[in-house]
Amino acid sequence: MPVLTFVEISGGKIKKASVEAAYYGSKTAEALGTESLAVVLGEASGDELATLGQVGIKKVLHAADARLNNFDSGVYTKVVAAAAEATQADVVALSFNHNGKLLAPRLSVRLKAGYVPGAVELPQFNGSTMTVRKNVFSGKATAIYQVTTPRKIVSVNPNSLSPVRGSGSATVEAFTPAISDADFRVTVKGVDKVVGEIPLTEAEIVISGGRGLKGPENWYLITDLAKEMGAATACSRAVADVDWRPHHEHVGQTGLTIRPNLYVAVGISGAIQHLAGVNGSKVIVVINTDPEAPFFKAADYGIVGDAFEVMPKLLEEYRKFKAAH
Amino acid sequence: MKILVPIAKVPDTTSKISFTDNNTRFNPDGVTFIMNPTDEWYALVRACELKEKQGGEVVVIHVGTPDAEQIIRKALAIGADRAVRVDADPTDAYFVAAQIAAHAKAENYDLIITGKETIDYNSFQVGGMVSEMLDWPCVSLVQKLEVENGVATLRREIEGGSEIVEVKLPLVVCAQKELAEPRIPNMKGIMSARTKPLAVVPPVEVEKLTAVISYSLPEKAKQVKLIDKDNVAELIRLLHEEAKVI
Ligand SMILES: Cc1cc2nc3c(=O)[nH]c(=O)nc-3n(C[C@H](O)[C@H](O)[C@H](O)COP(=O)(O)OP(=O)(O)OC[C@H]3O[C@@H](n4cnc5c(N)ncnc54)[C@H](O)[C@@H]3O)c2cc1C
Ligand SMILES: Nc1ncnc2c1ncn2[C@@H]1O[C@H](COP(=O)(O)O)[C@@H](O)[C@H]1O
Repeated sequence: MPVLTFVEISGGKIKKASVEAAYYGSKTAEALGTESLAVVLGEASGDELATLGQVGIKKVLHAADARLNNFDSGVYTKVVAAAAEATQADVVALSFNHNGKLLAPRLSVRLKAGYVPGAVELPQFNGSTMTVRKNVFSGKATAIYQVTTPRKIVSVNPNSLSPVRGSGSATVEAFTPAISDADFRVTVKGVDKVVGEIPLTEAEIVISGGRGLKGPENWYLITDLAKEMGAATACSRAVADVDWRPHHEHVGQTGLTIRPNLYVAVGISGAIQHLAGVNGSKVIVVINTDPEAPFFKAADYGIVGDAFEVMPKLLEEYRKFKAAH
Repeated sequence: MKILVPIAKVPDTTSKISFTDNNTRFNPDGVTFIMNPTDEWYALVRACELKEKQGGEVVVIHVGTPDAEQIIRKALAIGADRAVRVDADPTDAYFVAAQIAAHAKAENYDLIITGKETIDYNSFQVGGMVSEMLDWPCVSLVQKLEVENGVATLRREIEGGSEIVEVKLPLVVCAQKELAEPRIPNMKGIMSARTKPLAVVPPVEVEKLTAVISYSLPEKAKQVKLIDKDNVAELIRLLHEEAKVI
C-alpha cells in the first residue's frame, strides 16, 4: 500500500524541507513498488501542489480548510492520520523539521505505528520489517532502528538528500476529513519572522563566527561574506551568551542542529557541544589562529590564520570567483 | 498549579561513546550520566518558577533504573517537591511516554513540561506522544511560557523566527533554550532534597514500537586539507572544483 508524505506550506509555497521529504517518500515508494502520495493542510494553489509531481508524487490529498493554515499539532495529527487511513498508507513520511518533530510522535501514537525520527538514509524493507539509520549521541554515532508494526512512520533530517526533479505533475484531490472547531486548541496571536534572512535550518551555506572575532562590531567579517554568498549566519553559544549575536543564531547541542552543504567556522574553537550541531554538514571549513584548535579535526578544509586578515581576502576572492562564473 | 516534569538520564556531553556486543549495545563503562540538559535547565527551572510565583506543586518523573537516584535528587534540590521513578529500562519512546501518561492520568496535572529532546537518542518524541495519549494540546520548541487564569501564552520557535500562541490548560509543553535561566542548587535545596519523597512504581504494561539493532561510529576522523593563509583563492577553487559546494 502507498507511501504518504506530509507536505507543509508556508506563505503559499511548499517548504524546502517538505520537498526533500516528498522525494524521500517517493524513493521509499519506488523501493516498495507502490505509489507515492502526499497530504497538504491549509490553503495553497493547485499549481503549486502539482509541482510535487516533479519529485515523484502521483496524487496530493488537499485539506484546503483555512482553519488549517496555522499549525496545531492536535488537529494536524487528526487530519494526517485520517489521510493515512483513507489511503491505507503503509508508510508515512515527513520532514524532521520544526513542525514535523511534534507531529510525527503524535501520529505514531494515534496510528500505533513505530516511528523513526531524523533518518539520514532511505529505509530498507525486509518483509514487514523496516530498518533505517539515524544519528545518535548528538552526531557522535549512528544507529539502525527497526520497526515491525504494520504501519511505519519515518521523518527525514533536513538536508540529508538532494531531490532530483523530474517533469511529472501531481493530480490534486480535495480531502475533507471531519474536523470541528473544538479540535482547534492552539490560537496563534502573532508571528515574529526574521525577514529577509535565510532560515538557518534551510540554508545551504552557513557562515558562522565565534569568540575569536573579539566583539559584535567585527561581525561584518561574517555578514559581508554571507550576503555575497547568499548564506545564512550562525554563531557559537559563547557568542550568543554575551549577546554579540541573537540566541536564535546559536548552533550546537543546546542550539540549532544544521546540515548545510558548506559550514564555514571562523574563530570558533570546535568544542564538542558546538560540533554536535554542525557535524552533519557536508563540507566544513575552519579558519582559526590556533593550529591546535579541535575544530580542525572535524574540518575538510582549514586555514590557520587571523580572521581579520583572512576574511577580507576570502570576500575579495569569492567576488572574483562569482564574477568569473 | 500542579506541574509534571519528565526528566531523562543521558551520558555527559563530553563522554566518549563506545559500543559492545558486536555493536548492538551502548557501553556505559566509564560514562558519567547527567540529567538531560534541556530538562534541567529549562523545563524544570520554569516549572519551579511558575510554582514559586503562583503556588502549587512540581513533581518530577523518571522512567529508568535505580542508578538514576542522583539525578532525581538533583531535580529535587533544584526545587521539585517530590519524585516518581517508574522502575523500567527506557529503551523505546512509546513505552516511556505511556508510563508518563499513565501517571499523569492518575493525578490531576495542569501542565506537563518536557525537554524538547534528549541528547543521546535525539528523538524528540516523548512530549508529543504523551500529549496524544492524554488527548491534550501540545506546543513544542517553547522559548517562553506564562500562565494566567488557566490559559498559557507561549512563544515557540518556527523556521526563521517565532510565534506567540495561546492555549487553555491542561497542556504539554516541550521546552528549549531561553525558557529559563539554568539554576545551581543551593545548600538548602541540597539538604531538603534528601528527605523529599521519591516513590518507586512498577511500569504499566505496554508494547515497544521500535528497537535499535546496531550502532556504528563514524569511520574515522576527517583529514583536514590545510590551505595557506596567503593563498585564499585556492580555498575557493577547492570548494568549487573538488567539494562542489559553491
Ligand atoms: C552542556 C553544554 C552545552 C553547550 N552547548 C553549546 C552549543 O550548543 N553550542 C556552542 O557553540 N557551544 C556550546 N557549549 C559551549 C562550548 O563548550 C564552548 O564553550 C563554546 O562553543 C566556545 O565558543 P567559541 O568557540 O566561540 O569560543 P572559544 O572557545 O573562546 O574559542 C575561540 C576560538 O577563536 C580562535 N581565535 C582567536 N582569535 C582569532 C582570530 N583573530 N582569528 C581566528 N581565530 C581566532 C581561538 O584560537 C579559539 O579557537 C556548551 C557547553 C556545555 C557545557
Ligand atoms: N526515561 C525518561 N524518563 C522521563 N522522561 C523522559 C525519559 N526520556 C525522555 N524523557 C522526557 O522526554 C523529553 C524528550 O525526550 P526524547 O523524546 O527521548 O528525545 C526529554 O527531554 C524528557 O523531558
